[in-house]
Amino acid sequence: MSEGRYLRPQRLDEAVDALKGGGWNLVAGGTDHYPARVVEQRPEDILDLTGLTDLRGIGEFPDHFRIGALTRWTDLIEAPLPGWFDGLKQAAREVGGVQIQNRGTIAGNLCNASPAADGVPALLSLDASVELASAGGVRILPLADFILGNRKTARRPHELMTAILTPKPARPARARFLKLGARRYLVISIVMVAGLLEVEEGRVAGARLAVGSCSAGAQRLPALEAALTGQPADAGLAMLATPEHLAGLSPIDDIRADAGYRRDAALILVRRCLADLGGLR
Amino acid sequence: MNAPLPENRIRFTVNGESVALAAPPMRRLSAVLRDQLGLTGTKIGCDAGDCGACTVLLDGRQVCACLVPAGQIDGAEIVTVEGLARDGALNALQAAFHRHGAAQCGICTPGMLMAATELLAKNRQPDRTKIEDALGGVLCRCTGYRKIVDAVLDAGGIAAPATAEPVIAEAGGAVGARIPRKDGVAKLTGAEKFGADAAPADSLWLRAVRSPHAHARFTLGDLAAFAAAHPGIERIFTARDVPGSNSFGIYPDLKDQPVLADGYVRFRGEAVLALVGDRAALANLADADLPIAWDILPPLSGTVAAMAEGAPVLHPGKADNVLIRGHVARGDLAAGFAKAAARTSGRFETGFVEHAYIEPEAGYARRVGARIEIVACTQTPYMDRDEVAHVLGIAKEAVRIVPTATGGGFGGKLDMSVQPLLATAAWLLNRPVRMIYHRPESMASTTKRHPARIEVEAAADAEGRLTAFRFQGDFNTGAYASWGPTVANRVPVHATGPYKVGSALCDSRAIYTNDTPAGAFRGFGVPQAAIAHEAAMDDLALQLGIDRLEFRYINALRPGDATHCGQVIEQSVGMAACLETLRPRWRQLIAENIAFNAQNSDRRRGVGIGCMWYGCGNTSMSNPSTMRLGLKPDGRLVLYNGAHDIGQGSYTIMAQIAADAVGLPVDLVDQVHADTDLTADAGKTSASRQTFVSGKAAELAGLDLRAALLRLANAGPDAVLALDGPVLTITDGADVRRLDLREMSTTEGDVLLGEGTFDPPTTPLDENGQGVPYATYAFAAQIAQVEVDMELGTVKPLLIAAAHDVGRSINPMLVEGQIQGGIAQGIGLALMEEFIPGRTENLHDYLIPTFGDVPDIEMHLIEDAEPLGPYGAKGIGEPALVPTAPAILGAIRDATGAVIRQVPALPHRVRKAMLEQGRTP
Repeated sequence: MSEGRYLRPQRLDEAVDALKGGGWNLVAGGTDHYPARVVEQRPEDILDLTGLTDLRGIGEFPDHFRIGALTRWTDLIEAPLPGWFDGLKQAAREVGGVQIQNRGTIAGNLCNASPAADGVPALLSLDASVELASAGGVRILPLADFILGNRKTARRPHELMTAILTPKPARPARARFLKLGARRYLVISIVMVAGLLEVEEGRVAGARLAVGSCSAGAQRLPALEAALTGQPADAGLAMLATPEHLAGLSPIDDIRADAGYRRDAALILVRRCLADLGGLR
Repeated sequence: MNAPLPENRIRFTVNGESVALAAPPMRRLSAVLRDQLGLTGTKIGCDAGDCGACTVLLDGRQVCACLVPAGQIDGAEIVTVEGLARDGALNALQAAFHRHGAAQCGICTPGMLMAATELLAKNRQPDRTKIEDALGGVLCRCTGYRKIVDAVLDAGGIAAPATAEPVIAEAGGAVGARIPRKDGVAKLTGAEKFGADAAPADSLWLRAVRSPHAHARFTLGDLAAFAAAHPGIERIFTARDVPGSNSFGIYPDLKDQPVLADGYVRFRGEAVLALVGDRAALANLADADLPIAWDILPPLSGTVAAMAEGAPVLHPGKADNVLIRGHVARGDLAAGFAKAAARTSGRFETGFVEHAYIEPEAGYARRVGARIEIVACTQTPYMDRDEVAHVLGIAKEAVRIVPTATGGGFGGKLDMSVQPLLATAAWLLNRPVRMIYHRPESMASTTKRHPARIEVEAAADAEGRLTAFRFQGDFNTGAYASWGPTVANRVPVHATGPYKVGSALCDSRAIYTNDTPAGAFRGFGVPQAAIAHEAAMDDLALQLGIDRLEFRYINALRPGDATHCGQVIEQSVGMAACLETLRPRWRQLIAENIAFNAQNSDRRRGVGIGCMWYGCGNTSMSNPSTMRLGLKPDGRLVLYNGAHDIGQGSYTIMAQIAADAVGLPVDLVDQVHADTDLTADAGKTSASRQTFVSGKAAELAGLDLRAALLRLANAGPDAVLALDGPVLTITDGADVRRLDLREMSTTEGDVLLGEGTFDPPTTPLDENGQGVPYATYAFAAQIAQVEVDMELGTVKPLLIAAAHDVGRSINPMLVEGQIQGGIAQGIGLALMEEFIPGRTENLHDYLIPTFGDVPDIEMHLIEDAEPLGPYGAKGIGEPALVPTAPAILGAIRDATGAVIRQVPALPHRVRKAMLEQGRTP
């Protein structure tokens, strides 16, 4: 059968040059590509990004960390990183099984843009941005502006994601990730919550919380974040979270849970996340 | 750029050897390994990264080979299961798997081994958590994971419980020994051939086109033109092409399922066309490309819709869409309820459950002159033979079924799947034809556990004795009959649970709908019924203030009791013994939970108990098995073993039984595995019948051969046999005779052949279900300790303790494996498994338990010998699963006070039940 075109460039300029022509489906770890092609295998034009080895790895810069787009979940788990990455590392360990963590890339998780993408809430709580490259240059978008909805992103057909950028918190920070599913491993979440607190002199100096699987894309909780700021950083933070803080979520009924449960569970997990973060020393 | 090379050539190493080949760059690594390099030890369960069966090492890291493009492996180092054994010897990890019985059907085993290999390379002595984290991406449906963890612990040098003993060399010591599987090594090296692993090189491929609609009429367009326009398509078969009868089904009078639908489909996933041709050409098509005009009809989804006034009749002659009714009545129900000191009633609902064997259906067929041969995975070669003969319109003697290794069945491979399609195509084309279901096809088109809607009423007197029991169950049998009659007949006989009841009225119905056909699944409806009867027992016990275990102990059937079918059971009634065995643990767990709950409110612990009984073999129907044991001139025994091993162990225990019966060591036993041309009919691997029925036949075959050998020497019954190569020594007291087998004449290669046949004695049931439905029953009790998150409604099983009356344990290691695997499926039924047609046809939306979902399992084997069974043995396959869900549901109730009436008890359902019943903190 006809296989379509296949390109595996070794240099970014070759890749973005090829993308100018459009019509390419991008592949890296393959962990989302193949599951969508179990029943039918139609010819398609594939741009395989894994030859762009410069895009793999995590680099530290004065004010931020740069996670190369081809960094795999296992790379992240094994990397020595500051404590505020703990939430993202916890999320990384929940992405599929170890086989998926060994292959799946962080950028792929973002570009696939599943509402249940395990990486998104933690990266939102890290205030991450994404770097998109094209023949015309590079642009940087906040992650929240990159994911537009269920399987929808702001990536243009001629762009590819080159990195995820996470700013260093201005103050000591701690982070957590909680995932609720109906079994222990290999589970698509019912609800996920990621949280990061910056703490100064015993008080919350900054808070970022995000909830996944409760909207078309994971959502930050700005009203709650504002309410937390300035409060004593202890387990009592949990009780500051109210249902109103989660009003921006739009959970649905599906096979895993009903919408009402998701809304309730999200609040429970947010509170647990805050109790956990507040209780840390 | 080093890729793409024009000819797509890639170079890499596999198991240390350099390989260069051409492959399309987006071909999956799994396909490169299997189809281009012949390394079929790497298994394909889903092609989606959901099951982990295809796990290999890529540059030392475990990956799913189904997710790796060939274009990315240039220069890589690949290790597959074939690379583990060195110089023909199992490596330490494989040997540990063998010792522990960590492989059952073997389909997940290569993936497990590769994941464990990555772990052990990084961490030589991993603990249980590390093992579960590292292997958590591989699903197993047989073992319940515990023996796999034990094996990896052992391979790391950490002592793990219950290792197998070396093979017993002495005569007479095989029964009861924990010998490793006779067919185990091939499952560990990747050598075992499953349905997808081999076919003639010139095979054409078959692809079914299936209905996207649950209920529709259709007309076919110009298929000849379509085929002509699509190079690589050899033929397109329709209903008209089926040579014999375009119908199949389990019961002779209920062959209501077409091989290919003829203008009308009754469920989503029903086969409409069979396309035969080149594999890639077929893969390149979408079903929607075919010229089929659909006239969509409103589907009847669920039994309520199918029974509604004015619902269309799905099958002619089946008014109200009722396929069949089952009925058992005994005693005066009204009088029984009148005596009630406690009375309960409840409604329960269960959903479709998918077998989720990791091996999708696969095989090939070829025509050999006027005969057809089917080589495919199956649980029932002899029924397949008769069914294929019916479809082709030929004599059953003209059909040969050669089962491949079967990667799990659990009832789902009792119905035909690929067989009638392959038979039709190979017969008509006179070419070998092969077919491999993909996972969504397997899940959409094959049978499921019947969803049930059950109402129960029960009463007990002040002393806690059951005085009345009323059961009404509707079972959704889906679009076709399949095993619906078996479920409808078996359920009323088991619906009371293993208790003596003063009066009982048990009714069941199997109802046609436009849902996926429901068929056989480990327990044939009994697990659903057990959820209801055990909830009733808990209710009555709580009302009367009697401990739940003691309430069951009061009512447990005991020797000499009559069942509600009027059958007096005299022997091998170990129900009370199971409860006695669990009683100390039960009391201890209750005390532990009280202490825990006094300290915690956000999480609460509870304990529950489930009891069950299970009739071994067919319900009031003949189901004989015949086994043969031959002696070869070289002094080897050959067991012609038609009891197909689908992972449960019949290729091991039959050898153990036959060896002890003849009086020779088990390691002298070679086997001819099930093959309808070479082995006698040993029936189906189902109904917990193989150990009891075929095992008895194996014992009789061994005794028959022994008698023949003793006659040769004119020796008495206590004579001792010994084989030293071809020399047979028969020692009868002081009298020693030696026979050189090479000097004796042979028949079809055997010097002597013993044969045994056993058909368990039953009687038909009368109009009130009275009679002897089964010759023997297995009994069991399980207790479950769970922890419930009182806010989220999540349930974590902490411990299962199981006591099973197995009559006699032929091989305790294999029995434990059955119990652990059954419990894992019971956990799935209770907590997470729910098949929804059209929505959960993959292994990430349909959840089965993973490594982290099966807790510690304590097992007690009660051996209350069954006189009819081989060395006292009876069945274990289905009994293992039945009590688990009731025990877990009882534990949830104990922890929370909330009664769960619908399974699976997903977190949102548990939370809802707690809120409605006022039980959250």
